[in-house]
Amino acid sequence: MIERILPHPVLAAVLVVVWIMLVNALTPGSVVMGIIVATVVSKLTSIYWPERAKIGRPLLVAEYLGVVLYDIVVSSLQVAYLVLFRNPHTLRSQFITVPLDARTPEAIVALAGTITLTPGTLSVDVSEDMRSLSVHCLDVADPAAAIGDIKQRYEQRLMRILT
Amino acid sequence: MIAYAIAVTAAAISLSIVLNLWRLLIGPTSTDRLLALDTMVINSIALIVLFGMSYATFIYFEAALLFAMVAFVATISFCKYLLRGNVIE
Amino acid sequence: MSVFSELLISALLLIGAAFMLVGSLGLARLADPLQRLHGPTKATTLGISAILVASMLYQYLGHGKLSFHEFLIVFFLFITAPISAHLLAKAYLHIRRVERD
Repeated sequence: MIERILPHPVLAAVLVVVWIMLVNALTPGSVVMGIIVATVVSKLTSIYWPERAKIGRPLLVAEYLGVVLYDIVVSSLQVAYLVLFRNPHTLRSQFITVPLDARTPEAIVALAGTITLTPGTLSVDVSEDMRSLSVHCLDVADPAAAIGDIKQRYEQRLMRILT
Repeated sequence: MIAYAIAVTAAAISLSIVLNLWRLLIGPTSTDRLLALDTMVINSIALIVLFGMSYATFIYFEAALLFAMVAFVATISFCKYLLRGNVIE
Repeated sequence: MSVFSELLISALLLIGAAFMLVGSLGLARLADPLQRLHGPTKATTLGISAILVASMLYQYLGHGKLSFHEFLIVFFLFITAPISAHLLAKAYLHIRRVERD
């Protein structure tokens, strides 16, 4: 019953929050209108998204967001240092290939987005069989250490959240 | 104090837009120009927000949000054009 | 508005300005098109977030208006920055491959 009305509960909740933010007022009217919009939109778009992504353990999600936010600040400072004080021609830029353990598309998308936003790395491409991710590094001394860091810092946590 | 901070920030962002324009002019590849345009739009969003702060009006917020959305769609469709040779298949 | 909140808002504005300048400087200064992608995706996104948070605090502390729709722009930019960077890198590699062939 609840699955027929609300095919994607998380999506609907996000839509309610976005609607309240757009109206920029937390009034009963905006909440009711947000719930109506969220129900209609998630019903209308459910045919494009037949499978439901499973997101578990809100505490782990919060921990992951905290780690990523901290790394974004650190990585911006690192990039600032590299841009301001280093000769661009001496940067050791290169591609590294990260083998993927995560299998679900949602986890791979989240991992690629995280890699782009964090220390000196930029995800460029996913291989055809979704088994490895090609990543461009701005300045890397030890590629193996960079791969290990990505795998245990982000991928392990993401695999626990998006099973 | 905030007025001075807004002035300094606006100057820094204007300088960033000049740097973006320089990259937009010299290229050399089309993805560089595209990235320069994308960054310029983000810089102009910051300018809109600063304008709203210094005049204490907040009706320009929707303009900033629409700027962000249109810039994203434009970048994506241009990249798709570069990759495939057409936008709508 | 108290001195402390003025200091906080001014500091956030200046931090944001510094990061946005660094992002654009990276775009202008780095040597290779793929290196140039690093500057705007990270530094500029963080810079605009700092400026938007400053604007939000300014409305709340200075005018007593609780406004939270600035978060929408922050979320939107954080979600879209990796996607545009990914597609730009793909487009660049594609063009380079076509030119080599």
